[in-house]
Amino acid sequence: MGLLAKAPEGRVAALLDAEISRPAFTWLRAPEIGSTMVRARAGATGAPFNLGEMTITRCALTLETGEVGHSYIQGRSKADAEVAALVDALMQTAMASRLREAVLEPLEAGMATMKAARAAKAAATKVDFFTMTRGED
Amino acid sequence: MYVAVKGGERAIENAHAWLAEERRGNTDVAELSIAQIREQLSLAVNRVMAEGSLYDPDLAALAIKQAQGDLIEAIFLIRAYRTTLPRFGASEPVDTGMMACDRRISATFKDLPGGQVLGPTFDYTHRLLDFKLAADGEVPKAPSRDAGTATVPHVTEFLNREGLIEEAPHDDTPPPDLTREPLEMPADRALRLQALTRADEGFTLGLAYSTQRGYGRNHAFVGELRIGSVPVEMDIPELGFAVEIGEVILTECETVNQFTGSKTEPPQFTRGYGLVFGQTERKAISMALVDRALRWEELGEDNVGAPAQDTEFVLYHADNIQATGFLEHIKLPHYVDFQSELELVRKLRREAGAQQVQEAAE
Repeated sequence: MGLLAKAPEGRVAALLDAEISRPAFTWLRAPEIGSTMVRARAGATGAPFNLGEMTITRCALTLETGEVGHSYIQGRSKADAEVAALVDALMQTAMASRLREAVLEPLEAGMATMKAARAAKAAATKVDFFTMTRGED
Repeated sequence: MYVAVKGGERAIENAHAWLAEERRGNTDVAELSIAQIREQLSLAVNRVMAEGSLYDPDLAALAIKQAQGDLIEAIFLIRAYRTTLPRFGASEPVDTGMMACDRRISATFKDLPGGQVLGPTFDYTHRLLDFKLAADGEVPKAPSRDAGTATVPHVTEFLNREGLIEEAPHDDTPPPDLTREPLEMPADRALRLQALTRADEGFTLGLAYSTQRGYGRNHAFVGELRIGSVPVEMDIPELGFAVEIGEVILTECETVNQFTGSKTEPPQFTRGYGLVFGQTERKAISMALVDRALRWEELGEDNVGAPAQDTEFVLYHADNIQATGFLEHIKLPHYVDFQSELELVRKLRREAGAQQVQEAAE
């Protein structure tokens, strides 16, 4: 679910629709935009405090075969919330391994590449200190 | 005399129509897209998210466009939108130790594990206008270098091995929330941090600067400053466990402050904490300094009467939406109020005049 929540907009839909045609489902809770209060800790490790909110979208649906899918994703895209819940439900069916390969793994790889590219740029800005020879002799 | 006044609807409508036209500017110039603002004015977007207290870069970019670049007006729009959202819950406290750092520096320890990582910073630039940006140009690709995947530890962790630095012991007290309950005194640290992280950058900077210049001096060093993304996890009631629901970019500043000890605390380094949405480094450092100044009471320090030590003064004046709301309302029609003031001044002058005539006669 974490992968689905953080995926770039439209990415999960593109991967899923390339692999299967979407099964029918009924809404348990139609997509709804709201917020969550992000908390942090004083001094990084101390008592929690409220840092501010972030937008999230959630929904829940059930497949005709009975599996229930939930999604809570960052941002305000109802289409992304729908497809995330659909994948969540399908991962409980016999299609799980197929979707892991076709949707989740490419998603994970894509995000890992992006993270690695950022980390590599950060690493290039790491300071290499050197000490000048002191003129004491 | 009280006179009910109606009217001005036409004028208001026309004013807003003209505002829309002025916002668009010269139509020979291409219109700005939300994506352009989000990508190319990202530090403005970050400020609007931080002080609007809502993490959503697209909404912040829209607000900046709508506000014609007036950031406080944009923050106002975000705060107003925020109140329309149902709240689904609160996240687990984010773990900044897990941050994927774009930048991480320490002004106190040169050779810290993980190194000094400058990141995309204005520091060490010459602050000369770059006229190349006035012409369209390709940006050269930023160099990269092999990076480890390990997370970097907080600097205070290894200063603490000697026990020289104040600890921030783990605690799970549910924090008060000033968006749900009015901000009241005394404010504990959790409430102060919430107020400070959404406080006006300029006000916070000014107060922080005042502590450096001697008004409640607390000798701050930047122990660590880090910017990067952290995952946000929330407990999902339907599932009964916490899952990642997204990722936010944060700026965290921990100051290390000289402290000679007090009646209750031994000599040690004390800490101030700043944590702000987005890449908002000036604000995070300012927040840490003001946080530290406001902690005088719990550390048993003297209140020297400095503005930055006065919790009520700081917290009640730090919110730019409250401030601008009250400040700007005085430009709205006050005809009736003013009429009564006018009557009063006329009466006082008449009385004063009468007294003078009387004195002259005596």
